[in-house]
Amino acid sequence: MSMSVAHFGTASRRILMAQPTSNTKLYRVFVFVLLMVMWVVLSGFFDAFHLSLGLISCAIVVWLSSDLLFEKRHHHLRVRIKQGFGLFAYLIWMIGQIVLSNICVLKLALGDLDKLEPQILRYKCSLNTDFQRFLLANSITLTPGTVTIKIIGDTFYVHAISDETAQGLDGKMENRIKKVFADDYETSTESPA
Amino acid sequence: MIISIISAIFIGTGIIFFAGAAIGIIRFPDFYTRTHAAGKGDTLSSLLVITGFAIYQLNGFESFSENWPILLVILKLLGVSIFILFTSPTATHALMDAGWEECSKPKIKEGRPNHLGEDSDQF
Repeated sequence: MSMSVAHFGTASRRILMAQPTSNTKLYRVFVFVLLMVMWVVLSGFFDAFHLSLGLISCAIVVWLSSDLLFEKRHHHLRVRIKQGFGLFAYLIWMIGQIVLSNICVLKLALGDLDKLEPQILRYKCSLNTDFQRFLLANSITLTPGTVTIKIIGDTFYVHAISDETAQGLDGKMENRIKKVFADDYETSTESPA
Repeated sequence: MIISIISAIFIGTGIIFFAGAAIGIIRFPDFYTRTHAAGKGDTLSSLLVITGFAIYQLNGFESFSENWPILLVILKLLGVSIFILFTSPTATHALMDAGWEECSKPKIKEGRPNHLGEDSDQF
């Protein structure tokens, strides 16, 4: 069993090695399209002069810094777009959580202050890219009663405002994020960061 | 008319949450609990107020060929709200972290954990 897994590992690594050139081009085009849409929305002019200005500046930005937006490029673009939709669904769920957490803060602010039970907790996560950790930290902040203070390595230090909200700090949110970025975890053992 | 009412509801709810956050900032006992109120209250209330503005823009919308610039304004406003959705909690972390580094002591009752204090030996 371990033999076959190892074999599969080398095979998929060979595929990964072969792909980057074509993928990099695709990613460049994708970043260019994103920037161009942004330009059109923000400028609001559709004449040839302004559009060509946009084309030139987007091209320069893509040429200089298109690799800032996506860290790992061995995924096909289809995977990225799927992740984008997953992220969008996650954000919708997040907005629901924000409403709940604001009602929680409103209740605490107007209610009895003796109900506050501040505490600082430790939370270990197993997410493997910076963006996912950033997303988890932001999600912890936006869910009811918890705020991330510090991230040291893979340990999150979380300030919880009461015992009840501290219970909400289980692995569920992390699993949601992992589900959105599921494709990053299939190959994660072979390509660290 | 209906559009105005809906946008007024959004903006009004946003203002209520803003007020809640402000009261929280004044009443809560220490720096960290106050940041709770500031970070969360601001995120949702700015989202609601800006979405209210975006909905209000629909008022003048009659035909696509004449009024398409309104759609651009709405897209811009929604872009701002998504930007706030990401940056506001990040700003909260920056505040919290700065507070911790500046040795602002958290008020924690007996028996509640303070793991960060244990691990960093600061308090």
